[in-house]
Amino acid sequence: MIEVKNLFKNYGSHTALKGISFCAEDGEVLGFLGPNGAGKSTTMNILTGCISPSGGEAVINGENILENPMAAKKNIGYLPEIPPLYLDMTVDEYLNFVYGLKKCKLPKKSHLEEIRDLTGIDDVRNRIIRNLSKGYRQRVGLAQALVGNPKTLILDEPTVGLDPKQIIEMRSLIKRLGKNHTVILSSHILPEVQAVCDKIVVINNGELAAFDTAENLSRKLSGDNKLTVHIEGERNKVEKILKTISALDRYHVSRTVEENVTEFEIESRDNTDIRREIFNKMAENGCPILLMKGSELTLEEIFLKLTTGDFYGGEE
Amino acid sequence: MTAIIKREILSYFTSPLGYVFLAVFYAFSGLFLWMNCLSSGSAEMSGVFSLMFYVILVIIPVLTMRTFAEERRQNTDRLTLSSPVSLFGVVMGKFIAAFFVFFCACLMLLLYAVFISAAVGEGAEFGWASFWGNFAAIILMGAAFISIDIFISSLTDNQMIAALGSIGSNIMICMFDIISNYISDDGVKNVINSLSVYGKYLEFNQGIFSLFSVVFFLSISGAFIFLATRVLERRRWA
Repeated sequence: MIEVKNLFKNYGSHTALKGISFCAEDGEVLGFLGPNGAGKSTTMNILTGCISPSGGEAVINGENILENPMAAKKNIGYLPEIPPLYLDMTVDEYLNFVYGLKKCKLPKKSHLEEIRDLTGIDDVRNRIIRNLSKGYRQRVGLAQALVGNPKTLILDEPTVGLDPKQIIEMRSLIKRLGKNHTVILSSHILPEVQAVCDKIVVINNGELAAFDTAENLSRKLSGDNKLTVHIEGERNKVEKILKTISALDRYHVSRTVEENVTEFEIESRDNTDIRREIFNKMAENGCPILLMKGSELTLEEIFLKLTTGDFYGGEE
Repeated sequence: MTAIIKREILSYFTSPLGYVFLAVFYAFSGLFLWMNCLSSGSAEMSGVFSLMFYVILVIIPVLTMRTFAEERRQNTDRLTLSSPVSLFGVVMGKFIAAFFVFFCACLMLLLYAVFISAAVGEGAEFGWASFWGNFAAIILMGAAFISIDIFISSLTDNQMIAALGSIGSNIMICMFDIISNYISDDGVKNVINSLSVYGKYLEFNQGIFSLFSVVFFLSISGAFIFLATRVLERRRWA
C-alpha cells in the first residue's frame, strides 16, 4: 500500500511537483505516465527516500518515508532509471552486497538463487558487471530491487534497453510480481502500461493529469457517441447534408484527407447511434463514405489529450 | 554498515587503486628507512615518520577521491539512499574502509621497527616509546585527513576534482605553520597555530605525547564525518 498525499518538490525556484496525490493498493500494478520532465523520476525518488519532498507526505505500507525512513525503506525495492550497479563487482558479489546492505533475513543462498532464476541472470553470475550488455545490466538492476522480497517495487522505466523478446519477458515478470507486490512503474511506452498496469497515473508539468484505470480513462475521455468519418464530396455539400441529421449534436472538420475527401469528427445527441443514418443520407446524395470508426481512444490519444489538451493530434 | 565496509575494501583491491596506494607507501617508507636508518646504522626511526608526513598528504586523496564522487556519477548512491542504512552509516562505512587500507599500509612501519629492534647491537636499545608515539601520530593524522578528504569527495561528482581539491586542502592545512609566521596579529596567529596539524604531528615526532593533540585529531575526524553526512542530507533537500 502506497499513499502519496499532496506532494510538492521545489528545485530552487523551479517547482517540479505541484501537489500530487494518488494511492496504490496491495497487489496492484500502477503505471506512471508523463512526458519527459513531468516529475515521474522525482516522485519515485521521493517515494524511495532518495530525495525529500518540499511538502506533502509519502506513506509506504503505513510508514512515513520522512518520519520513519528505516522501517519504510525495508519494504522498498527500487530500480532507478540508471541501474545502480557497481561495475567493478561480479553479479554474485553485487547481490551479496545488496543482501547485506538491506539487512535481509531470508536464507541467503536459496533467496539469491530464486532471484537469479526469476530475472534470468544465473548464467552471468560470475561475470563482472562492467562486461555485461545493457539488457543484462537492467536485469541485474531488477534483481537488486527484488533482494529481501520487499512488498513494494518501484521501477523507473524497467524495459529501457531490452530487446523485444526481453521486453515481453520483463512485462510478464512484472505482471507476475504484481500478484504479491505493490508495483509502481514508469514508462514512455504506452502499450506497455496498458498491458501491465491496473491503474494509471498521468503526470504533466508536475501536476496530476489523471488517476484511473486504463479503461475508465478511455471511456471518460471519448464517450461512445463520437465518430470519425471520411467523406468524399464537396465540403459545403457534405456539411449541408450533415446538418439535416436531427440526432447529430455537433461536428467538426478535422482535416482534408486527400483531394475532395474530408475527415469529420461527429458527435451525436444522447448517445444515439447515427451511423446508419449518415450512411444512407450520404449514399442518397452521392457522397461515398470512405471510412467510419468509433473514436475509442488509444492510450496515446488519452496521453496527448491529457498532457497537451490537444485531442486531435495537432493537425488542425 | 558492515556491507558497505566490505564492499569498499573489496573495491580497493579489485581495482589497481589499493595496490598502487600500498606500493607507493611501501616504496617511500622503504626509501626513507634506508636513508635514515640503514645507510647510517641508526636505530632512530623518527626521521622516517617526519618524511612520511608529506607522502601521506598526497596519497590519501587517492583512497578517498572515489568514495562519494564516483557513487554519484555511477548513480549507485540511489541504492544506498533507498536502503535501510543511515547516512551516518554510509559515511562511516566508507571512512572505516579507507582507514583500514591506510592502517594496513602503516603496519609496514611496525614491521620495520621489529626488524630494526632485532638488529640493534649489544648495549643499545630500540626506542619503542618514541616509535609508538610516532605510530599513533601517523594513524591519527591519517584518520583526520581521510575524513577531510571524504568530505571533499562528497561535494563533487568528479573524482579528479575530488582528488585535486583534497591534495590542495591537505597541503594548505599543513602550511598553517608557515602562514602564521607572516601574521602580526597575535590573536589570529594563535588561532592558526592551534589549528596546525603539522605542529601537532611534530610534537609526537619529537617524543611528546600530548592528549590535547589526540583529541584534536579525533575531533577533526569526527567533525568532517559529520559534515559529509550533512552534505548528503542537504542534497536530498536541494
